[in-house]
Amino acid sequence: MNNPIIKLRGLSKHYKNKIAVDNLSLDISKGEIYGLLGPNGAGKTTTILMLLGLSEPTSGQAHVCGHDATRNPIAVKQKVGYLPDNLGFYGHMTALENLSFIGRLNGFSENDAETKAIELLDIVGLKYSMHQKTATFSRGMKQRLGLADVLIKKPEVIILDEPTLGIDPSGVKDFLAIIKKLNEEQQLTVLLSSHHLHHVQQICDRVGIFVDGKLLANGDIPSLSKQLFNKNGYVTVLRLQKNAQGTIQLKNDMESLPGVQEIIINDCELEVISAYDQTAEIVSYVVQKGYGLVGVQQKTYGLDEIYLEYFKNEKNLNVSNEKSKRVLKKTFFRKQRG
Amino acid sequence: MKNLKESLKRRFSENNGDNEVRSPLRVLLRKEVAEHIRSWRFIILLTLIVLTFIASMYSSLSNIKSVFVATDNSSTSFFYLKLLTLTDESIPAFHIFLSFLAPILGISLGFDAINSENNNGSLIRLMAQPLYRDNLILAKFLAPLLIVAILFFSLTFLIVGYAMWISGIPIEWQEITRILAFNGMTVLYVGFWLSVAVLLSIRFRQPATSALTAIGIWLFFTVFFQVVVNIAIKAFIPDPNYLSADKIAYYNEVILNILRLSPSQLYVDASTTLLMPMVRSLGPVSMEQMAGAIPSSISLRNSLMLIWPQLSGLIAFTLLLFATSYALFMRREIRS
Repeated sequence: MNNPIIKLRGLSKHYKNKIAVDNLSLDISKGEIYGLLGPNGAGKTTTILMLLGLSEPTSGQAHVCGHDATRNPIAVKQKVGYLPDNLGFYGHMTALENLSFIGRLNGFSENDAETKAIELLDIVGLKYSMHQKTATFSRGMKQRLGLADVLIKKPEVIILDEPTLGIDPSGVKDFLAIIKKLNEEQQLTVLLSSHHLHHVQQICDRVGIFVDGKLLANGDIPSLSKQLFNKNGYVTVLRLQKNAQGTIQLKNDMESLPGVQEIIINDCELEVISAYDQTAEIVSYVVQKGYGLVGVQQKTYGLDEIYLEYFKNEKNLNVSNEKSKRVLKKTFFRKQRG
Repeated sequence: MKNLKESLKRRFSENNGDNEVRSPLRVLLRKEVAEHIRSWRFIILLTLIVLTFIASMYSSLSNIKSVFVATDNSSTSFFYLKLLTLTDESIPAFHIFLSFLAPILGISLGFDAINSENNNGSLIRLMAQPLYRDNLILAKFLAPLLIVAILFFSLTFLIVGYAMWISGIPIEWQEITRILAFNGMTVLYVGFWLSVAVLLSIRFRQPATSALTAIGIWLFFTVFFQVVVNIAIKAFIPDPNYLSADKIAYYNEVILNILRLSPSQLYVDASTTLLMPMVRSLGPVSMEQMAGAIPSSISLRNSLMLIWPQLSGLIAFTLLLFATSYALFMRREIRS
């Protein structure tokens, strides 16, 4: 983290009646895959546009590869590849022509651009359709071509805006594998915006949750879940046969067990929070006592839960300036109250 | 030794003309020109222009004999200029035709310059490349202009060459320069309409809206402007029967000047003067002014002096519109 390749300081973008990005500060270091998560309209794309100098920030600074993105966008664009969420190719040109055109725009000579384009088309798996017009390409093929398009300038950073949108599952898998490979082989820094949590979880080193222009959370997934749910303990979910009387009885019994911190009853489900991993112990205890145990689940917090938690609170709260503070407070409050 | 050979090879292959690094503007221009000349739109426009040209040339070639039989006694006959301007009243002369075809050409080559790129998502892809925005807008403006210039220059020189071949009359320098100047004027006029179209393509997100607006502006200037001016003038000007000749001349001048707010009027004035060396004034001329004038042609320099206001007016209009589109585009936030 000493020498971040993307450095945002107090970046804000205000539109006439909306604050799209609000005082965003973020560091992304070289060789990292960073996932920017957030609902639609959270300001992810606006942030990316400001990173590329395509949109002027109202205040604050964005430095990419050591250049100020607002003052010196050309230098930034030489080193940053950007894949927009719905990118268009010239439909009447072939994939190869489209790609070598971009190559030439980046200062390659005609021959170099073409050689490089063919090489990249091979990498992204479009070798056999490079002489096809791009108008005939499917969404997945376009997305691969877009990746080649981004890579042709030999970027240091690639920014992908919703790269997995509208591609079939196997396509997504391939696509993410290519990105991961590039990241490992060439030390590419990747900034990825998405709301497909599974995809992000698969490849990102760190994620940031971005809601209504604010970065609510930032870090790797384990530390995020810790930060959000404020629980050090392990959670075991027990599902019992329908018997409301019994569950309350069980709760009272189990609270005396060593290690059990808290029990939350939810209909016929019991959520047991304990200081260490004692799922097996709890199960044998419950069975011994003769309660009808139907199911047991050890709960871990993934990105889904993290994201939903933020998003749920976001929905519950009405818009206000101190949103992020209150979201966190409320989350903690409710969890503690159980 | 092998290494030396290799490095020499590399050195020489680098010196190939093929391998030079191009500036973004040239790359963009090349793409734009290629895109235009392969499009159906351009083929249709080309057909339209060529057909018009052939029709007017046919009518002038079949009438030119009668003109030269009853020839005037001026020292120079300007066969080739007559070829371009002569008509038999059944269809208008080529340069009059152009005064309403050139706008169509300019509009149709530019009305979707920026917005169609924006709509299909390729604009943001271009903008993510290391090039300045003005390169793009310049390419959008220069590429059609380049095509149009080549089109008109080759058309006129083709007909001049053809006429030279069938008639054997030598061409004069003044004719060559006048034809060149006329072509330059036409390209400038197309450039004016192109800048209107490019401006609208930046302003409006839908190509259809910008095309309709451009056609609306064009219709206004070619059809309604004269009508509106005539109606307005009739309401303001006193009955000519009670006016002195001086006053009538003055009012005529006023009407003409108002009509000259329309770019097509400017173009017609300028191209007529350039193609007809006998034209020595664009306004009404009184008998006193005509007295003592020798009925001869004037030099190209004098013709240019005569149309200088028209020329600078058109250039100013074009630059103003281009500057506006430039300012709009530079400040625009581009998102897909």
